[in-house]
Amino acid sequence: MTVIKWNVRAGTYYDSVVLMQLQRGLLELNGVLDAGVVMATPANKDLLATNNLLPENVSANPDDLLIVVKANDDASAEDAISKVDELLAKRKSSSVSQDFRPRSLSAAVKQLPEANWVLISVPGRYAAAVAREALELNKHVFLYSDNVSLEDEIALKKTAREKGLLVMGPDCGTAIINGIGLGFANRVRRGAIGVVGASGTGTQAVTAHIHNLGAGISHAIGTGGRDLKSDVGAITANQALEALAKDDETKVIALISKPPSPDVATQLISAAQSTGKPVVIYFIGYPPPARKIGNLHFAISLSEAAELAVKQLSVNSNQLSINNNKGYLRGLFSGGTLAYETLLGLQASLSPIYSNGPITANQNLKDPLKSEAHSIIDLGDEFFMVGRLHPMIDNDLRIRRMKQEAADSEVGMILFDVVLGEGSHLDPTGELVPAIQEIQASRKDIEFVAMVIGTDDDPQNIQSQIEKLQEANVTVFRTAAEAVEYISLKFNTNKKNEFTPVDLEQLKQPLAGINVGLESFYESLISQGAQAVHVEWKPPAGGNEKLASLLAKMKK
Amino acid sequence: MDINNANQIAVDRIMNARPILKSIATARDLIPGMKDNLFLHAGPPIEWARMSGPLRGAIIGAMMFEGMAASEAEATKIVERGEVEFDSCHHHGAVGPMAGVTSASMKVYVVENAEHGNKSFSNLNEGYGKVLRYGAYSDDVLKKLHWMNDVLGTALADALASSSGIDMRALMSEALHMGDEGHNRNKAGSLLYLKLLAPLIAKTMKDNSAMSEVLQFLGDNALSVLNPVMAACKAMTDAAHGVEGSTIVTTMARNGTDFGIRVSGLGEKQWFTAPAEIPVGLFFSGFSQDDANPDIGDSAITETAGIGGFAMATAPAIVTFVGGTPKDAMNATLEMYEITFAESKFFTMPSLEFRGTPTGIDLRKVVELGITPRINTGIAHKNAGVGQVGAGLVRPPLKIFEDALLAYAEKYNL
Repeated sequence: MTVIKWNVRAGTYYDSVVLMQLQRGLLELNGVLDAGVVMATPANKDLLATNNLLPENVSANPDDLLIVVKANDDASAEDAISKVDELLAKRKSSSVSQDFRPRSLSAAVKQLPEANWVLISVPGRYAAAVAREALELNKHVFLYSDNVSLEDEIALKKTAREKGLLVMGPDCGTAIINGIGLGFANRVRRGAIGVVGASGTGTQAVTAHIHNLGAGISHAIGTGGRDLKSDVGAITANQALEALAKDDETKVIALISKPPSPDVATQLISAAQSTGKPVVIYFIGYPPPARKIGNLHFAISLSEAAELAVKQLSVNSNQLSINNNKGYLRGLFSGGTLAYETLLGLQASLSPIYSNGPITANQNLKDPLKSEAHSIIDLGDEFFMVGRLHPMIDNDLRIRRMKQEAADSEVGMILFDVVLGEGSHLDPTGELVPAIQEIQASRKDIEFVAMVIGTDDDPQNIQSQIEKLQEANVTVFRTAAEAVEYISLKFNTNKKNEFTPVDLEQLKQPLAGINVGLESFYESLISQGAQAVHVEWKPPAGGNEKLASLLAKMKK
Repeated sequence: MDINNANQIAVDRIMNARPILKSIATARDLIPGMKDNLFLHAGPPIEWARMSGPLRGAIIGAMMFEGMAASEAEATKIVERGEVEFDSCHHHGAVGPMAGVTSASMKVYVVENAEHGNKSFSNLNEGYGKVLRYGAYSDDVLKKLHWMNDVLGTALADALASSSGIDMRALMSEALHMGDEGHNRNKAGSLLYLKLLAPLIAKTMKDNSAMSEVLQFLGDNALSVLNPVMAACKAMTDAAHGVEGSTIVTTMARNGTDFGIRVSGLGEKQWFTAPAEIPVGLFFSGFSQDDANPDIGDSAITETAGIGGFAMATAPAIVTFVGGTPKDAMNATLEMYEITFAESKFFTMPSLEFRGTPTGIDLRKVVELGITPRINTGIAHKNAGVGQVGAGLVRPPLKIFEDALLAYAEKYNL
């Protein structure tokens, strides 16, 4: 059963060519059998009548637009009528005069609707407002401008994160998106290494070196220098890691930054672990916790970061399983240097972490007798040694401390060292294991990890010491580095991202940019073959601050 | 307060307004507040002492037309004795090109907005040469005015009375597809107008030679439709005035001395004015920039409604006003998108792939970007009675938009 629906738009003139296009558009819709769209002149009405498209009770004058749809059913007909405005509005504005230089972002977007990035390099005090507008228009932002306040940066990045958009910057010099360099960028081939860079020249050095080594870049996402400070909390770096993790074209990720805040470093390392891809990390000036923790590789220079990344392309990485240990780690050491090295390794992954032999002042444990959060305790420290034998000889202190830790319901893992050799206790595990088993009777959830230092020539029989530990379900390592890697993975705390993820498909669209500020950035986009529009930007209200501040209040 | 909401309401009112040219009436019978000693003029209100040559000339001519004075001297004395009053056309729902002088006995077009119910008025277009709207008041000018009032006006009145009216929005959108921008070029629109009127006039006029004169006059004058178009734009923009919180400009008008604007969310009679600029353009042979009077006329109502200079992209025949190439015309329109709130649903431009014309000047954008509206305009000689000397482009002073923004901030406690 076919139905005919119509709509009369009084006093609406369209040229017949437009109406024929509209008619064709309606015919392409589901369930539409025939359509007629005409100015309702007598001749046109006759034409409709000939085609059985003129309903009897239609009243329309020559100045009126008459839309008639014949369809399979009511719903299809009504749907078609409701699409008329959309079809009329369908037109490309990109073919429009390209030499017109818009003065506002909104006009630029109309000129280049497919633009997915806005490059901003206006003076700092105006930059945040332009960035805000770009985000409102749902564009990613490359924010080259500096002197943007920290508050503005945080607010912009939070807004962007809500919308699944990136704010690269402020003070972001370099990015490469889909093979197109933004700002200052080298021409590098496309490839499988993704870069997250909080340092512009760092990113340049790494991407250039990767290119020179014969590999290439999928995307290099800049974050701006302050992103990895506590206040900002690496919002952009986290988004970038997440996006690159999901990007099939990216096989290896390199994360480059000047020294991050310790808490941010911890969180980012955890996020990097969660990517499941090899991640090469170079935090310039920040002590690498290890050379390798699971899928993470810590570089010691920019060039080495590039080299490690390229090398990982050809390595079949076996992803270590990551189990979440939700409790705290308590490390009870007899060896001070072992404690220190373990702390150095774990401080990147475990936070907060305290010790009676801290590396930084904020790691200082107030009371060596009382552990807090994650703690690494050197029981050989002279504080404990008053009137007592060294714990390498006397296990009593350590056993008592183990029990003390086990009494803390928040503890999830107890780590200890067993240092064998001349001078040490002749059967340390003979005393430690019964204590461990006693604890395990009431606290099955506590995991025990031991690092055993010694040789097979040592008097204690290292093999039987290790076996006794293993029989008691203690995980044994022979080096601090291995223990650090294991523990880091166990305590991976990366929370699921609760924000809108960056739309990868959109990120992979050919880059089209709107440039606001330095004209050379626009020229560079054009010379790389990207579509771009340059905004002839001027300070709002000609720089009149009173008017500009009023306008800021009148945005909505 | 949500300014964007308010502006959406205002531009919707501009766009959805449905101006129908309904009838011809005598000004005193239908224009609200019209009286025998009141002379309406273009632009913001102005006192005699500050009036420019063309406006004074037109007022003198109108007084002579009304039979109040027989000479310039006599008219001037009557004015100086304070026996006549002046007011802005806009305070009475009216508009007029150039001097825009409208007096009580003149026949005027009556346009009704079928959507919102408001009415607007405009005088009849006199054609070219020595005409009242440029300040001329010689005998032949007055003679033509009387013919227009008695013969043309009656013919139009009867013709319109025999119809259900002329849908101006449909006429204007069709004319935009035929190379008009609706302000400086109204060739196509005037022919469409003649096409619609001719059968009606043929039906209602008895005297064939008078009918021939009327049809000839309407057909020869490529500005015949300008006045109904202006009245239609006035009906559209008036419908958008008074929307609380809106920053849409609802009036741009010049009286030859001052340029004035009004804003939807501000007062009914709250004008923001500054000295009008002298248009830049092309001059008829024998005239130059030095002869030009400062900007004058209510015809900027077309740009206020989203056509005229804003629709340059669709009028390639007159690109010489904007630099000479169709690309310049295109850029002129693109620039106006920067300062408007919407794109017209009804007025579209083939050259921009049927994009709607830039509609609804947003005070905020003008001030923020420092871009003032482009107005296509005729240029009057600075001396009364010489007439049109050219045509070109003018922009209002930025200051009046800034002043309006400050007044807005004060009214809405920003």
